[in-house]
Amino acid sequence: MVERTVEDNPLRALLTALAVAVVCALVVSYSAVTLRPLYVANVEAERQARLESILTALPETMGKVDIADVRARVVELNSGVYTDDVDATTFDPAKAILDVNLSIAVPPERDLAGIKRRAHHAVVYIVHDEGGAPRALILPVYGSGYQSTLYGFLALTADTQTVLGLKFYEQNDTPGIGARIQDPDWEALWPGKMVYDDTGRLRLGVARGQVAPSSEEAEFIVDGISGATRTSLGVHELVRFWLGDYGFGPYLERVRNDRG
Amino acid sequence: MTAKLWQTVKVPWIDDNPITLQILGICSALAVTTSLDTALVMTAAVTCVLAISGASVSLIRNFLPRSIRIIVQITIIASLVIVVDQVLKAYAFEISKRLSVFVGLIVTNCLVLGRAEGFAMRNGVLASTLDGIGNGIGYGLILILVGVVREFFGKGSLLGKQILITTSQGGAFEPLHLMLLPPSAFFIIGVIIWVIRTKKPKQVEQPEFQVRSEGMQQ
Repeated sequence: MVERTVEDNPLRALLTALAVAVVCALVVSYSAVTLRPLYVANVEAERQARLESILTALPETMGKVDIADVRARVVELNSGVYTDDVDATTFDPAKAILDVNLSIAVPPERDLAGIKRRAHHAVVYIVHDEGGAPRALILPVYGSGYQSTLYGFLALTADTQTVLGLKFYEQNDTPGIGARIQDPDWEALWPGKMVYDDTGRLRLGVARGQVAPSSEEAEFIVDGISGATRTSLGVHELVRFWLGDYGFGPYLERVRNDRG
Repeated sequence: MTAKLWQTVKVPWIDDNPITLQILGICSALAVTTSLDTALVMTAAVTCVLAISGASVSLIRNFLPRSIRIIVQITIIASLVIVVDQVLKAYAFEISKRLSVFVGLIVTNCLVLGRAEGFAMRNGVLASTLDGIGNGIGYGLILILVGVVREFFGKGSLLGKQILITTSQGGAFEPLHLMLLPPSAFFIIGVIIWVIRTKKPKQVEQPEFQVRSEGMQQ
């Protein structure tokens, strides 16, 4: 350090810091803007792959599901009816929540999933059997985990009563702890859980800790992940949110009524 | 001169290895070495950050007031790490998901700041770049070695290709699950340090406190 000639002059320090900050900001911004489309394409490919994998993960009793038997429909969430005004292939909920005309603010006391705004529409996937009758509904769900937003699909039987599977395709919670929501072992706890009890009350959720297999709750509640209380709670709340009034509640009710 | 520069690149491989001698960058060495492919990508990422941050810090070293040097170095390193992270997410999405936070954590890898502060602040741009590359290779050699051992004995595979058939697949090899847990990396790095220091006794540090012989009697 002997050869250094810079004395500690506050103006000089300020200018150096400013110059470094500007150059770094430009480099980071440039790479963020140019690489973003590639990243988005990767996530989209992953989403498709996850959708295909949730299809293959459906219970064996359903038999093999061909992707050709799956139909994407757009649901208007408030009324719960299908709409053809929005194109299912191009609809992007992430864009919709930035537009006040395409989304609503969720009141904080109702915002279990911690998403602040919710799009008016959502794309649901309906799995049909050979005869064309619906067998399963696949609902996109997302919400806050511990330190990231969790994105996944919840698959229900066509009568909306039973879970067929819950899979997350994007999350950034702690590796090895919260990230275990993507473990096949944990995913395997979901199929067969009941969504509602006899009185029609929404009961599906995640426990804090373990659920005694003999308890009445075991029919509806999945074991939490030990060490990942916040992530488990996040999953519980996002499931409750998306099956509730502000999520797919009206849609699921309409599906049940239509079945008679 | 070229011989001296070559020395700068080569010394960190074994003689002044960042992991086994300087004991820097251990955290990531434990985290990303459960398989060889993550170890290789992490090596490439760290080498890039080391080389470019070394060059950048060296470039501005004569304009950099002492009082703010660390924060400026960190700013440069953090920016580079963000760029590397974005490049991985765009071009190596699968592997970037498995490296998860550990790419971002290169910022806090003592090795990078250590080389910026310890070498690049008082050496030319070329020497600093080569020092970064050399240290990246030295770091990588250990990572790759640990990655090979852990993936081979933990899963019976290398770079995802199954080499030994495990018992669950009907073969004779019982995977050592301990290898996939963080402590095994400690053991392997410990053994590597032991071997190197046995071969090169100069690397053995003097104990800070000597046990006195009269204390032993009583």
